[in-house]
Amino acid sequence: MKVAITSMGNTLNSLLDKRFARCPYFAVYDTETQSVTFVSNPAEKIEEGAGPSAVNLINSLSIKRIISGEFGLKIKFLLTELKIQLVVVKNRDETVGNLVKLLNKKYNKTIKSI
Amino acid sequence: MSGRPKLVRNIAVVPVASGFRPYGMNHVAKKKPLFLLYEEYEALRLCDYEKYTQAEASTFINVSRPTLTRIYMSAREKIAQAFVEGRTIMIEGGKVSFDDEWYVCQSCHCFFNNPSEDEATDECPLCGSRDINQYER
Repeated sequence: MKVAITSMGNTLNSLLDKRFARCPYFAVYDTETQSVTFVSNPAEKIEEGAGPSAVNLINSLSIKRIISGEFGLKIKFLLTELKIQLVVVKNRDETVGNLVKLLNKKYNKTIKSI
Repeated sequence: MSGRPKLVRNIAVVPVASGFRPYGMNHVAKKKPLFLLYEEYEALRLCDYEKYTQAEASTFINVSRPTLTRIYMSAREKIAQAFVEGRTIMIEGGKVSFDDEWYVCQSCHCFFNNPSEDEATDECPLCGSRDINQYER
């Protein structure tokens, strides 16, 4: 399964972007290989309708979970329909690396327990 | 020019049915369904079923008392119309958020929802902790 984290930059030290559709990069974490790739978000600079086009990108990458600080109103309905899970992190100073560490821990455990 | 954006209405209980249909009217031509918004359903539930006053109901839904009255009025008008004209009622739409959709993790303090209804959530999607609670406003 793939997990997207909204990021302010393209390194693991970047901060979590608190906006979903207007973040410059998505950090895409693959739970099977436990690797992270950064994908730039073309919707960042669109004046209107950034949300839906970001959702399209997410869907085309077959991401099933998104970690961000906030989601717009139109987004939740779209994502629920696509069965994509939303995770809201309220801590402003969280870095992408920290979140990846948490995910690594979680998925290492699950693999061992199987 | 668009008006002032609507406030998000809180819905505490998701309706058990997604709509209602009249029966015994095979001889009448099928009519278009009528859409009852979630917030209208909730206003009706709070005011008539739970028997709260409109002022109390408005604080639950998180809109002003006059707005609640307008929502409630619209709900009654729609239901009356559906009864009289024998139309199907569909409950959908509106600018709403559901209370029971969100969970909070006690370990990493993140919030999350569960979009797949057939699977129960038992662990945090971020840190894997099993110490999770339903989010209460």
